[in-house]
Amino acid sequence: MQDQDIYSELNSIRNLMERSAKFISLSGLSGILAGVYALVGACLAYYLVYGTTGGLDYGDHYVNEEAVVLQLFFIAIVVLVLSLSTGILLTVRKAKIKGEKVWNPSSKKLLVNMAIPLVTGGILILILLLRGYFGIIAPATLIFYGLALVAGSHYTFTDVKWLGIYEITLGLIAACLPGFGIFFWTIGFGVLHIIYGSIMHFRYDK
Amino acid sequence: MKSALDNFDKAFENRIRLQIMSVLVANENYDFNSLKELLSVTDGNLASHLKALEKEKYIIVHKSFLGRKPNTTYAATENGRKAFRMHLQALENLIKQQK
Repeated sequence: MQDQDIYSELNSIRNLMERSAKFISLSGLSGILAGVYALVGACLAYYLVYGTTGGLDYGDHYVNEEAVVLQLFFIAIVVLVLSLSTGILLTVRKAKIKGEKVWNPSSKKLLVNMAIPLVTGGILILILLLRGYFGIIAPATLIFYGLALVAGSHYTFTDVKWLGIYEITLGLIAACLPGFGIFFWTIGFGVLHIIYGSIMHFRYDK
Repeated sequence: MKSALDNFDKAFENRIRLQIMSVLVANENYDFNSLKELLSVTDGNLASHLKALEKEKYIIVHKSFLGRKPNTTYAATENGRKAFRMHLQALENLIKQQK
């Protein structure tokens, strides 16, 4: 057996082990776009809550009016739906280019593992919202989203784990500083997504 | 040269068999259809190689039903994992020897 053969053999083994255990068609570009949507959504939310005159004196304002809460909720849902559909669309496209199936054992595991913390967090947040704890939204969404990323990271790029850890940290800090919810949300869902999306785009999307 | 080749596992001489084993070592288990797509091989080809590995007791087969569809999954046995490691070690030794 030639040296060359052994190297190509080892390479194919390594490639298969990785490809079979991890879902690597996740699109980095969709992370960047999700971050941009979140930033736009945060700007809208900011104007809604503080008006055009508001400076940086967040702490004085708390959201109580039901009409405003409803509008904020609407913005959040639109950002979520846009991000998810962009993510799915770009991931399907990337999988096609790479000749990988989108619906394979690793993408299934990725989704199931992310869904458990996400659904748990979603339900908990809804329960707390209904009981009037509005302050919980920003820290709880960041923390549960971060937990979902860490759980899912075993089945895709390991960079996702670090994004998850940063989101959790940010969520915990947000819990200590009530009144700065939108600020932490903007960093967590906007800025961090853009940074990590760019890293993954330049590292893996080629 | 000779001594390194002694450790080569005959069962892994075939490339597809070695590829099947790589997937099963990296995953708890894997089903037939996903394996077929991943390796882009035909049904018959894959089945015959899986049979060969099963005969060596390197993998175990688990048959079940998903609704009405039969779902066959495969998993590496402890023996299989050990054999795979030894084979990789042999490849590594061969590279070292030639350096």
